Amino acid sequence: MRQLMTGDEAIARGAYEAGVRHAAAYPGTPSTEILENLSGYQEIETEWAPNEKVALESAIGAAIAGVRSMASMKHVGVNVAADPLFTWAYMGVNAGNVLITADEPGMYSSQNEQDNRNYAKAAKWAMMEPSDSQECLDMVKAAYELSESYDTPVMVRMTTRVCHSKSIVELGERKEAPAKEWEKNPAKYVCLPAIARNLRVKLEERMKELEAYSEKSPFNRAEYGSGKVGVIASGICYFYGKEVFGEEASYLKLGFTHPLPKKMIQDFCSRMDTVYILEENDPYIQEFVERLGVTCKIVGKDTFPPYGEMTPDVIRKRAKGEAFKTIDFDKSKLIARAPAFCAGCPHRGLFYRLGKRKDIMISGDIGCYTLAAGKPFTAMDSTVCMGASFSIGHGAQKAFNQTGSGKRVVAVLGDSTFFHTGINSLINTVYNQSNTVNIILDNRITGMTGHQDNPGTGFNAKGEPTTLIQIEELVRAIGVRHIRVINPNNLEEVDHTLDELLALDEPSVIITRWPCALKKFSQADRNEFTDLFASRNKVLEEKCVGCKKCLKAGCPAMSFDSETKKAVIHQTQCVGCDVCTQICKKDAIVKEG
Amino acid sequence: MTKSILLVGVGGQGTILASKILTTGLMEAGYDVKMSEIHGMSQRGGSVSSQVRYGEKVYSPVIEKGAADMVVAFEKMEALRSLDYLKDGGTLVVNNEEIPSQSVVIGEEAYPADVLEEIRRHVDQVKVVDASGMAQKLGNEKAANMVLLGTIIHAMGLEQIHWDAILKDNIKPKFLELNQKAIQMGMGAVRE
Ligand SMILES: Cc1ncc(C[n+]2csc(CCOP(=O)(O)OP(=O)(O)O)c2C)c(N)n1
Ligand code: SF4
Ligand code: SF4
Repeated sequence: MRQLMTGDEAIARGAYEAGVRHAAAYPGTPSTEILENLSGYQEIETEWAPNEKVALESAIGAAIAGVRSMASMKHVGVNVAADPLFTWAYMGVNAGNVLITADEPGMYSSQNEQDNRNYAKAAKWAMMEPSDSQECLDMVKAAYELSESYDTPVMVRMTTRVCHSKSIVELGERKEAPAKEWEKNPAKYVCLPAIARNLRVKLEERMKELEAYSEKSPFNRAEYGSGKVGVIASGICYFYGKEVFGEEASYLKLGFTHPLPKKMIQDFCSRMDTVYILEENDPYIQEFVERLGVTCKIVGKDTFPPYGEMTPDVIRKRAKGEAFKTIDFDKSKLIARAPAFCAGCPHRGLFYRLGKRKDIMISGDIGCYTLAAGKPFTAMDSTVCMGASFSIGHGAQKAFNQTGSGKRVVAVLGDSTFFHTGINSLINTVYNQSNTVNIILDNRITGMTGHQDNPGTGFNAKGEPTTLIQIEELVRAIGVRHIRVINPNNLEEVDHTLDELLALDEPSVIITRWPCALKKFSQADRNEFTDLFASRNKVLEEKCVGCKKCLKAGCPAMSFDSETKKAVIHQTQCVGCDVCTQICKKDAIVKEG
Repeated sequence: MTKSILLVGVGGQGTILASKILTTGLMEAGYDVKMSEIHGMSQRGGSVSSQVRYGEKVYSPVIEKGAADMVVAFEKMEALRSLDYLKDGGTLVVNNEEIPSQSVVIGEEAYPADVLEEIRRHVDQVKVVDASGMAQKLGNEKAANMVLLGTIIHAMGLEQIHWDAILKDNIKPKFLELNQKAIQMGMGAVRE
């Protein structure tokens, strides 16, 4: 059967067809849909791990125990998983093990851009790079065969365009992979120094074998055109190259990219006068080719940018100095359309008040709440990586206390981020005693990445009920003595809780508990939160003085009618959270009906 | 020849469903099809775009600036924003709808009154369609995306594809007739 599929869907399909039985992931654009799709196959046990390190370790465990497994994550997730990544390569698999890394050239939804092919090289994993959805499926299936025959974990490097583009895929059948026998084998699985030294030597031998495989891999192939201009490309860049250089050029399409095929590249280059190396981000292939001492002219990162996407327009412009004719219009007429908190977002009330306090440092984190960094809230002073807000806040508070500046730090992160790596940071704050105010924005879901369950929601990746981990109990167990659970939509409660806790010289935690407005509410949610988004608010025209104060809540359900000079609430969008009602000093906003 | 269609709008306007139906139809009709979507924070009111390319053999899923045969904008400002994707002589369809952004709501910026004028100044082939109004007349404003899909079907000469069958596979029976009618209306709107 033929079907249009995204790369993510095709990866999941490939894993299914390859007989995978265990998959673990932590959400992150553009990788999230892989596990979401895997969860649709009943033959595969799937789990959202609290973070990527745990996800990879869970997949490693399943592979050691004899079951084919997969871990998937976004590029920065591999940083979190880097510890097991390196040593796991020493050990080799039992059943096949594949790690999907989804890189983000162009940073559509990420805090940085990094080329995770460097990880395959540094940690000595086999690596593949698909160019379209069909290759995603085919490569994943081949990856499991390779993993088992060469006793190596395999990394598949995707990029946003491969993950989120659809193309036509021919589907196959699932082939069960019978579980492999597990035997005690410390010489393979216990990386003590004495054992690791042996495995280290073996790892180099394996890389030699994989080098030989790379030369004959069906995923590495030369396509000869008519002239002496060649292109070496991996991933989506192969298609970008075809778009620009057409059928006349010759191509060396590299799909198995660690280790790279030395002889194949030498042979290709020897037939060309000029070779363009098309790859996004780092000169990973280029540096390898240059070290081979080929005689043709190499065009790489001296011409193409090492950042952003290498889309056809970029290649066309840099390689040929050409561009399509475009309409030159008045750009000053454009208005920005940045994302904003949804109507009824539980982060709104908290950040509306927090942003009013100009004398504090707000140590931020990554989630929907990072939108508070922008207007109208401007309520975030640092954002680095997941879980960092509590620990960076702690360090900053220690420094402020030492210098006697008197500045206070409030650190904020979401529920999923708390479970991810925020727990360790809070332990540090308690253990090393700083007096930061730590806010856990418990909106009962992982919002930013599209509403995945997490250890605090009471449901697993398949939507089945499971043990719910209570954040409040956890925080208490860590040793925090001042814990407040508040409703973030109640502005007064937000304010006085902040006042109270900022006066302490001990660590404290505020848990803001109200569900994300876009969450699919569970029965437990309905029981806990009464009248969940069940009402609408309206502006009483006769009372509204047109001061626009309420608009500073940045709610998309509100606007200003420039003719009547009154605020307006759009009934189709308002969910009655009452934040604007509390801001209005003229009591002009009331419940509808 | 590979054809390129760019659909742009604001999160929640249904561009994704429209492009799903479009690409499925193109595949069933025997074309090679690729589609690329950027929908980073679409649920939170950001801009969204779907790039659709089809032909005998499609390489890149991404449309280059100045290379779209057709741009269909579900919102006026998004039409202006994507103007530089339209190729010389390409077709532009604009839904006559204005969705203020956060910056407009909080009073940082004003939504310019002359967006359509600016577009017309530069493009000959522009068709302004009141898709939301038409869909409302049919009983559901949400079907505006199908009206706009109809404009693509007509403008790109894709009437021979069995759209009804594809709609059946992708849309709840309750909304099937509404969506079929919306497509017809859209086709009619650009035929005039
Ligand atoms: C290491 C790492 N993994 C994953 C991500 C992707 N990511 C960004 S925010 C986020 C979830 C945030 O959820 P939560 O903390 O519950 O906040 P919410 O979005 O619900 O407000 C994820 C998974 C990332 N940026 N870094
Ligand atoms: S998805 Fe949820 S948490 Fe994110 S902005 Fe919307 S309401 Fe807020
Ligand atoms: S009550 Fe006010 S702030 Fe809340 S959703 Fe409605 S308009 Fe927005």
